[in-house]
Amino acid sequence: MAPVLELRGITKRFPGVLANDHINLTLDKGQIHALLGENGAGKTTLMNILYGLYQPDEGEIFVKGEKLQVHSPTDAITAGIGMVHQHFMLIPVFTVTENVMLGDETTVAGEVLDRKAAAEKIRHISETFHLQVDPDAFVADLPVGVQQRVEIIKLLYREADILILDEPTAVLTPQEADELFGILEGLTEKGKSIIFISHKLREVAKIADQITVIRLGKVVGSTTPKNADENKLASMMVGRDVLLRVDKKPAKPGKTILEVKDLKVTDERHHLTVDGVSFEVKAGEILGVAGVQGNGQTELVEAVTGLRQPFSGTITFEGKDITEFGPRAITELGSAHIPEDRQRDGLVLSYPIADNMVLNTYYQKPFAKGVLLQEKTILETANQLVKDFDVRTPSAMTHVGNLSGGNQQKVIVARELSRPLKLVVASQPTRGLDVGSIEYIHKQLIDRRDKGAAVLLVSSELDEIMQLSDRIAVMFRGRIIDIVEAKDVDKRQVGLLMAGVRGEKKADGKKRK
Amino acid sequence: MATSTATTVIKPTVEYTSTTRRFVMGGIFLALAAVIWLFFVRTTDPGAITTFGLNPGGSTQFEYPDWVFNSVNMLNILAGLAALAGGYQVARGFGKRTNLVLSLVAGAFIFGFLTWAAADQSLNLAGLLRSTLQRAVPITLGALSGILCERAGVVNIAIEGMMLTAAMVSALVGSLTNLWGGLIAGILAGGLLALIHAILSIKYKTDQIVSGTVINIFSIGITSFISAKFLQKYEELNSSGTFPQFEIPLLSKIPFIGPIAFDHNIFMYGMFLFLIVLHFGLFFTRWGLRLRSVGEHPKAADTLGINVFRTRYMAVILGGMMAGFGGAYFTLGSVGRFDEVMTAGRGFIGLAAMIFGNWRPFGAFGAGLLFGFADMLASKLAILGVQIPSEFLLMAPYIATMIVLAGVVGRSQAPAADGKPYEKE
Repeated sequence: MAPVLELRGITKRFPGVLANDHINLTLDKGQIHALLGENGAGKTTLMNILYGLYQPDEGEIFVKGEKLQVHSPTDAITAGIGMVHQHFMLIPVFTVTENVMLGDETTVAGEVLDRKAAAEKIRHISETFHLQVDPDAFVADLPVGVQQRVEIIKLLYREADILILDEPTAVLTPQEADELFGILEGLTEKGKSIIFISHKLREVAKIADQITVIRLGKVVGSTTPKNADENKLASMMVGRDVLLRVDKKPAKPGKTILEVKDLKVTDERHHLTVDGVSFEVKAGEILGVAGVQGNGQTELVEAVTGLRQPFSGTITFEGKDITEFGPRAITELGSAHIPEDRQRDGLVLSYPIADNMVLNTYYQKPFAKGVLLQEKTILETANQLVKDFDVRTPSAMTHVGNLSGGNQQKVIVARELSRPLKLVVASQPTRGLDVGSIEYIHKQLIDRRDKGAAVLLVSSELDEIMQLSDRIAVMFRGRIIDIVEAKDVDKRQVGLLMAGVRGEKKADGKKRK
Repeated sequence: MATSTATTVIKPTVEYTSTTRRFVMGGIFLALAAVIWLFFVRTTDPGAITTFGLNPGGSTQFEYPDWVFNSVNMLNILAGLAALAGGYQVARGFGKRTNLVLSLVAGAFIFGFLTWAAADQSLNLAGLLRSTLQRAVPITLGALSGILCERAGVVNIAIEGMMLTAAMVSALVGSLTNLWGGLIAGILAGGLLALIHAILSIKYKTDQIVSGTVINIFSIGITSFISAKFLQKYEELNSSGTFPQFEIPLLSKIPFIGPIAFDHNIFMYGMFLFLIVLHFGLFFTRWGLRLRSVGEHPKAADTLGINVFRTRYMAVILGGMMAGFGGAYFTLGSVGRFDEVMTAGRGFIGLAAMIFGNWRPFGAFGAGLLFGFADMLASKLAILGVQIPSEFLLMAPYIATMIVLAGVVGRSQAPAADGKPYEKE
């Protein structure tokens, strides 16, 4: 029997980059085929070609033995290929039914929507595959895990046989991820075939039937979970041996640097997203804030760094009340901020590296004399920092927008950590970076801690939290559900806390309206 | 299954309305009460009698007796109601119903204003309503045009220009051929300008505000030029006449409402028709679902095989034709000739009505009525000899627009991709 899907010699060039270099891939019916590779290895490009969003420069696609030309998503959908994108393609103000039927509407007289019939069909799909989705709910009201299931329903509604999932677990708690794996297994039992894209070794090893590893646009190997352990997969993926563990000495906590008391913060829409949070960070320790994205971490960090005015509560820095302080005043106290979205909040992409390096100190001596910038000093400093922090760039005058994600992040780290510091606030510091850069940034943060700074680390990557933190605060729906010593807990326990389950007590007890 | 229930529980949507907004709104209610009391009650003779006529002029099939009452008593009641609402708002807050209460208080204030203006005089209330409705027509049509464009994600501030051009074209063609020819020409003119806007903003991804502004300036220039060069010199080119008024059978027999709403020309009926069609089309058809998806999340629509560009072109051109129909109202539906810059910002007010109405046809119609009322006040009250300078009254519709846009109504929800060009990767 011909494989369900076969890619032969797919090649895609972007200006200056060979994103896919003669990639071959075979997917058999009822299998989960994992596509493993670092960010930027070319996984997503390959899938976008398969889904008709990009056109390949070379290569052929066969579905069930027949050659297929995919010029647009419509072609892919017709051929039974469906894709769950990394960033969900859902419209928040539409209901589940509207989202699912969009583009393939159930209608009366060809034009008038038949929401009832569509909802019935969705309910049926939901029950068949145990997806538990309410067709009448608005997508904006659904948790991320359920939104993902809506995406899956979208594919099943179109009777897709080949499902592509692009980094599906990036936004899920470990428990939600396990639920997803259960659903995927149920799908393959019913004859669907799945391509599972990921850079997380653990889950690939857990769920895949077949693993194809891609590095720098090339297939570097195919294997099965039986024949390869996590270490082997990691070295295939990165191309060298990788230290999967972070070395660090035990913390020596000193006096309290940052203290947050009963903090409440609202977001732009006046929703209370941080709901009475209290904690402290001491000098020489790393407090990790774990939690699924969107549980108030963003607003918490913005409040602590002076970017957002809290609704109520106090923030103190070495005993000084800084609740009303602006970002510059807080920076001048000796605080560094590595923001969550480096391109939006961390850098001015159209400025050269040198100017970005002094964004928070440009007005001080020696970078300014009166109103005049001292270009020479700035450039010299920047050159030094580029060397010290190993930023890979042709020169310090290169525009930051032209650097890779990892090097952009290094520019921010260089700027923020090159001053005398008492507090480091790092929000998702390694999101989207390659393994090498992650290692480097982790080392920098631990180095700062050992030099006596208090570090507040916010991350939705549980591995990162577990490896770096001395204490772990878990946020759930705007509250800190618990603060635990890192050495006393394992991943499963923190994962449960992230899902709002505290010490196996009833989770439904404090459902709030 | 403790974990799975925990993860599927819906995120709490506790709404924290800032106390500032609560107090500001309360303050506004109280201020309106104070104005009624300080300015209206105290300047009215305690024995004054207000007389409201309930028959619009023209039709004689119904005769209602005039509504007569003591002005000061009525004003005191209205002031009291507004003050009560204000007090409650400051103390507790109406929460989500604040906007509803705001419109009630505003309504009380307007009614108080009319009571005061008509103290010891007689004011034809039915006539006022009829006039309000008429003035709401171009504003609502402008708003519908905006809704079509913006629901698909294209900001169209060129509605004013489209209306102006359509007004001129329909007067010109209407004079040369007949009224229907003029109407069709006006609609096509609007559609043509919209096509230009669409090409600039969808294909070339020009800033949509710039593109819209260019069309507005162009329209003022070209219409003024043609008007000065031809229309004013050759009267026969500028005498299209107007569509006749006719009663809708049955509907026009509805007591009170019938003569006010169902005895007009085709523009009024066109507006009602488009309101219903657009509302149904947007929210109950495949066409509308796709159009809205393109305005909310074009990439999602694209991945489902919906042609984002084609949908946007279609929406913008239809929007332009709607503006063209609205523009023709000024000449073929109202005065029968073209005068320079005769739309006088109605297209922009239409945009305000669209925002006020939260990008929904009937919401926009409600807002259109409000602006139409302000517009009508300007002309009617001068006749009553109210002690407000007429120049100030003429500003009424624009002031109302500014107040609304300054956010008294709170945050409205624009389509998420409104004004953002779509880039296919």
